[in-house]
Amino acid sequence: MGDLKLPEINYGALSPMLILFGAACLGVLLEAVLPRGRRHGVQLTLALASLVAALAAVILTRNTRVVTIGGAVAIDGPTVFLWGSILLLGVVSMLLIGERAVEAGGAFVSQAAITVGSDKDLKQAGGQPGATEVYPLTIFSIGGMLLFVAANDLLTMFVALEVLSLPLYLLCALARRRRLLSQEAALKYFLLGSYASAFFLFGVALIYGFAGAVDLASIHAAVADPQRNEVLLFGGLALVAIGLLFKGAAAPFHVWTPDVYQGAPTPITALMAACTKVAAFGALLRILYVAFDGVRWDFQPVLGVIAILTMLIGAVLAVTQTDMKRLLAYSSIANAGYLLVGVLALNKEGLSSTMFYLVAYGFSVLAAFGIVSLVRDAEGEATHLSRWAGLGRKSPLYAGVFSFIMLAFAGIPLTSGFTSKFAVFGAAIDGGQTWLVIVGVITSMVLAFPYLRVIVMMWLSEPGESTPTVSIPGFLTSAALVIGVIVTLALGVIPAPLLDLTNDAAQFVR
Amino acid sequence: MEQTVEYAHATGLLSGIWLLVAIPLASAAVLLLLGRKADKWGHWLGVLAVASTFVLGLLMFFQLGGLDAERRSAEQSLWDFIAVGGLHVDFGLLFDPLSGVFVLLITGVGSLIHLYAVDYMEHDEGRRKFFAYFNLFVAAMLLLVLGNNYVMLYFGWEGVGLASYLLISFWYTRPSAATAGKKAFLMNRVGDAGLAIGIFLMFATLGTTQYDEVFTGVSALSGGTVLVMGILLLLGAAGKSGQFPLQAWLPDAMEGPTPVSALIHAATMVTAGVYLIARSNAIFTANHTLQTVVVSVGALTLLLGCVIGAAKDDIKRVLAWSTVSQIGYMFLGVGLGGGAYALAIIHLLAHGFFKANMFLGAGSVMHGMHDQVDIRRFGGLSKYMKWTWLTFMMGWLAIIGIPPLSGFFSKEPIIVAAFEREGWTAWLYGSAALLGAGLTAFYMTRLFVLTFHGPKRWTEDIHEPHESPYIMTVPLMLLAVGSIGAGFLMSTSVPDWLEPVFGQEQAEAEPVLAHWLLTTLSILVTLLGAGLAWALFRNGTAEEPEPAGVLVTAARRNLYTDAFNEAVFERPGIYLTRALVFLDNKGIDGAVNGLAAAVGGSSGRLRRLQTGFVRSYALSMLTGVVLVVGAFLAIQLGWLA
Repeated sequence: MGDLKLPEINYGALSPMLILFGAACLGVLLEAVLPRGRRHGVQLTLALASLVAALAAVILTRNTRVVTIGGAVAIDGPTVFLWGSILLLGVVSMLLIGERAVEAGGAFVSQAAITVGSDKDLKQAGGQPGATEVYPLTIFSIGGMLLFVAANDLLTMFVALEVLSLPLYLLCALARRRRLLSQEAALKYFLLGSYASAFFLFGVALIYGFAGAVDLASIHAAVADPQRNEVLLFGGLALVAIGLLFKGAAAPFHVWTPDVYQGAPTPITALMAACTKVAAFGALLRILYVAFDGVRWDFQPVLGVIAILTMLIGAVLAVTQTDMKRLLAYSSIANAGYLLVGVLALNKEGLSSTMFYLVAYGFSVLAAFGIVSLVRDAEGEATHLSRWAGLGRKSPLYAGVFSFIMLAFAGIPLTSGFTSKFAVFGAAIDGGQTWLVIVGVITSMVLAFPYLRVIVMMWLSEPGESTPTVSIPGFLTSAALVIGVIVTLALGVIPAPLLDLTNDAAQFVR
Repeated sequence: MEQTVEYAHATGLLSGIWLLVAIPLASAAVLLLLGRKADKWGHWLGVLAVASTFVLGLLMFFQLGGLDAERRSAEQSLWDFIAVGGLHVDFGLLFDPLSGVFVLLITGVGSLIHLYAVDYMEHDEGRRKFFAYFNLFVAAMLLLVLGNNYVMLYFGWEGVGLASYLLISFWYTRPSAATAGKKAFLMNRVGDAGLAIGIFLMFATLGTTQYDEVFTGVSALSGGTVLVMGILLLLGAAGKSGQFPLQAWLPDAMEGPTPVSALIHAATMVTAGVYLIARSNAIFTANHTLQTVVVSVGALTLLLGCVIGAAKDDIKRVLAWSTVSQIGYMFLGVGLGGGAYALAIIHLLAHGFFKANMFLGAGSVMHGMHDQVDIRRFGGLSKYMKWTWLTFMMGWLAIIGIPPLSGFFSKEPIIVAAFEREGWTAWLYGSAALLGAGLTAFYMTRLFVLTFHGPKRWTEDIHEPHESPYIMTVPLMLLAVGSIGAGFLMSTSVPDWLEPVFGQEQAEAEPVLAHWLLTTLSILVTLLGAGLAWALFRNGTAEEPEPAGVLVTAARRNLYTDAFNEAVFERPGIYLTRALVFLDNKGIDGAVNGLAAAVGGSSGRLRRLQTGFVRSYALSMLTGVVLVVGAFLAIQLGWLA
C-alpha cells in the first residue's frame, strides 16, 4: 500500500479547465443564494469572465507540451489551438445566450417545469426573465469540450463526452417559445445521445480487450503488434468512431441534427453548431491520428464512404428545406462531411486545415444563427423561409450580413468559406483522397443552390405582409454579429496568419 | 542588328510625371462624384485641370530638352502593378521626346477644345458630365503615351476607348448615337483583342512587356515571330486609328458632340495607332514584310478615305473620312521606316492642329445654323461668320498642302519618302500618295466652297446666321495660327528632337524621280484637284441627292465596306449566337435543369426518411452501426478488397 504514487498534476497546464469548472460550480452556488432579479447580470458576467480568464490561461500556457494527471490529459499543439478556438467561439455563443434586448426576458424559459400551454406558461412567455441556470450549464458544457479534445485515454474521453452532452440536453429543452418542440428536441437528443454513448462505451470495452489499456499511446503500441485480435480492434474502432461521428453529425448518425437544431433555443443551436463541432472533430482527430495511426489504410475507405454520404445527404436534403434552422442544420451536416475530408487526409496539412475549417465555420455559423434570432414577429422567431421573402427591402443591413454569411457557406472567394474549403480539399488531394474532393466540390455546387435561394428570397422578392421585422439587436448580439462577420471576411482575405498558427500547432504528443 | 535601349531615371521636375495623369483623373473623379453640386463650376474645373497639365507638360518638355541627347528620357516606376509568377509589370511611366510631343499635343489642343466646349455645351444639361468624361479621356490618353511598358499602354488604350464610347453615345437618347457608340465599341474590340494577344505573345517570347527590354530583345527573335507580333499590334493600331479594315466606326463616331470629334476622333485618340507603331519602331523595323503590310494599309486607307470623303454631304462626315485618309498618310510614313517615322509624327502633330481647327470650325457653323450638318444646305456663310470662315480657310489650305502652310511641310515629304522605296513599289505607293493629295484637294475644296461660298441654300427657318462668341472663336484663331506655322517650325526641329527615339537618320535613298520634280508635281496635283472642285461647286449644288454613276454611288455607300461587314461578319455572327442560344436553352440548360430536378426529387424523397420519430432515427443509426462495423470487419477479414 505504501508505494501508491499520486499522479503528477500540472495545474498550470490544466488551468483553463479548472477555471471553467470552478466558475460553473460557483455559478450553481450563486443560483442558490442570489435574489432572482440580480442573477442574470452576475451570472452572465461570471460566465464571460471565466471564458476570458480561461482563454488568457490558454494563451499564457500556449507553449506547454505535456501529458499530465497520470496520462489522462494531453496538452499539445492541437489541444492548445482547439482550446483557444472553443473558448473564443464560446465567448461569442455566450454573447448570444446572454442577449435579453431582442426578446423580453431572453431566449430561455423562466421555469422549465411549467406545463406547456397553461396560464403560467403564457405569462412566462410574455416576458418573465429567463432561467439563469443556462450560464453554469453552458460553462460546464464548454469545460467538458475542453476536456474532450485534450483527453488522452478513452475513459477520460467518455467522461468528457458526458460532461459536455448532459448540459446540452438540458439547454435544448429551455426555449421560451414553442416549448413542446424544444422539449421534444431535448428528449430526442438525450435518447439518441445515450444510444451513441453506449456504442462509444462498448467500443472502449472492445479496445480494452484488444490492447489491455485505454490510453492512446498504449493503443498505438498495441496496433503495431500483429499478434493481437484484430476483430476486437476494428469492432472497437468502429464503435468509438461512431460515438464521435454522432456528436459531429455525420451520416447516418446525423438524424438527430435537424430536429434538435430546430427545436433548441437558437443561441444553444449556435453553441452546438460552433463549439460542439470543434470538440467532436478535435477528439476524432486525436483518436485517429494518435491511437489508430497504424491502421489508417483500413479505416480510411470506410470513413471515406461516411464522409461522402454525409456530404451528399447534407447537400441534397438542404435543397428542399423550408425552415431556416433546418436548412442550417443540413448545412452543418454537409460541413461535417467536409471536415471529415480534411480529417481523412491523414497528414499534417489534414490536421491543420481541419482546425482552420473548424474556426472559420464556427464564426460564420454563429453569425448566421445570430441573424436568425433577430428575424421575428409577435410569435417569436420567424424561421420559415417564406417569411424571409423581401427581407432585403425591409432591413438591408441584416439581410446583407446574412447574404454575406450565405456566400461564405457557399465558398465564394474573399470569405473564410472559400479559404477553409480550399485548405481541406488541398490537404485531401495531398493525402491522395481525390475521390473525396470530387464529391466535395460537387456537393458544394449543390449546396450553393439553397444558400443562393435564401439570398434571392431576401433581395429579389417583394416583401409580403407576413415578412417579419428584424428586431434591433442589443449590444451583445451586435458584438457577436460583428465578430462573426469580421472573422469570416478576415479569414477570407488574409488567411495566412491563422494558417500559420494551425500549421505550427499541428503536432500531437503521444 | 544589335540594339540596346535604355532609359534614364526621372529626376527633378520630371519626377512628377505621374501628376500629368493624376490631375485630369482627379478632376474627372471630382466631377463625377460630386454630381449636380458641381454643375455650376464643373466645366471650369475641367478646363483648369487640362490647362494646368499643359503648363506642367510644357515645363517638363523644356527640362527634357536641356538634357543630353543620349540621356533624353525620364523613367519612373510608381509601384508593382502586376506580379504573378514570371509576369512582372510595373506601374511605370516614361517621358521621352516621343511621349513629350504627344503630351504637348494632347494637353495643348485639349486645352483649346475644352475652352471651346464651355460655350458649345452651354445649353446641354449634361455639361458637367461631359467635362468629366473629357478629363477622363485626357488622363487615359496621357497614360497611354506615358506608360513605360505595353500593359500601361493597354491600360490607357482601354481608358481612351471607354471615354470615347461614353462620349460618342453622349446623347444616348438618340438611337443613332447609341448605335454609333456600340459600333465603335465592337470594332475596337477586334483591334484591342489583337493588341492584347500581341502583348501576350511579347510576354511569351520575351518574358517582359517593358519597352526597353522588349526593344532590346526583339532582334533575337525569329522573323516569323516578329511578323506575327507586328501584325497583331497593327491590328490594334488599325482598330483605334480607323484604318482598313476597321475604319467603319470612325465616321459614325461623329454622332458625338463636335468637341469630341475634334479632340478624340481627329486630333488625339485616333492617332494612338500611329503612336503605337512609332513607339514599337524597333519591332516594325526588324521585319521588312511587316513594314510593307503597314505601308499597304496606309496607302489603301488614304485612297479609300479620299474617295468616300468626296461623296459625302455631312460636314462632319467629310472631315471624318478625311481624318481616316490623313491617318493613312501617317501609317504610310511609319511603315516606310527610317527617317519617315519622324515625318509621320510631324504630320500627326500638324494634322492635330488643322483638323481640330476645322472640326471646331464645323461646330461653329453648326452652332450658327441650328445644328444643320448638310453642306448642300449651307453656302455664302463667309459674310456672316468672318472668323470661322478665315480660320477654316487656314485649315483647308493646310490640309491640302499649299505652301507655306503646315500641311505642305508635313505631307509632301511623306509623298517623297514613298517614292524612295525600292523598285516598282516606289511607283505604286508614291503614286497612291500623290493621287491622294489631289483627291484631298478636291473634296476639301468642295467642302469649303459649298459651306462658305456660292449661293445660299439654307433651310427656311434660318434668317441671319450668327458668328460664335469669342470663347469659341479664340481657340479657332489659335489653332489657325498653328495650322499656318506649325509645319514649317517642326519640319526642321522635330526630326532632331526625335532622334533618341528613332535612331540616327540613315543616308537617304534617292527617289525614283528628282526631288524638285516631285514637289512640283504634288503642288500641281493639289492645285488641279482644288481648281476642279472650285469650278464644279462655285455655283452651289443640288439640294437633294442626284442619281450618279457607279463610282459615286459606291463611294456614297462607303465603298460597300459596311455591306461587306454586314454580310461577312454580322449575319454569320447573328446566326452563330442564335445557334448558341438554342444550344444553351435546349442542351446546357436542359441538362442543368434536369440535374436540378433530379437533386430536388431525390431530396424530396430522402426527406421522408426524416420522420421525426426517435425510434426510426435509432433504427437508422443502428443500421449505420451494423454497416460500419460490418465494413471494418469485412475489410479486415478480407471479404472486401
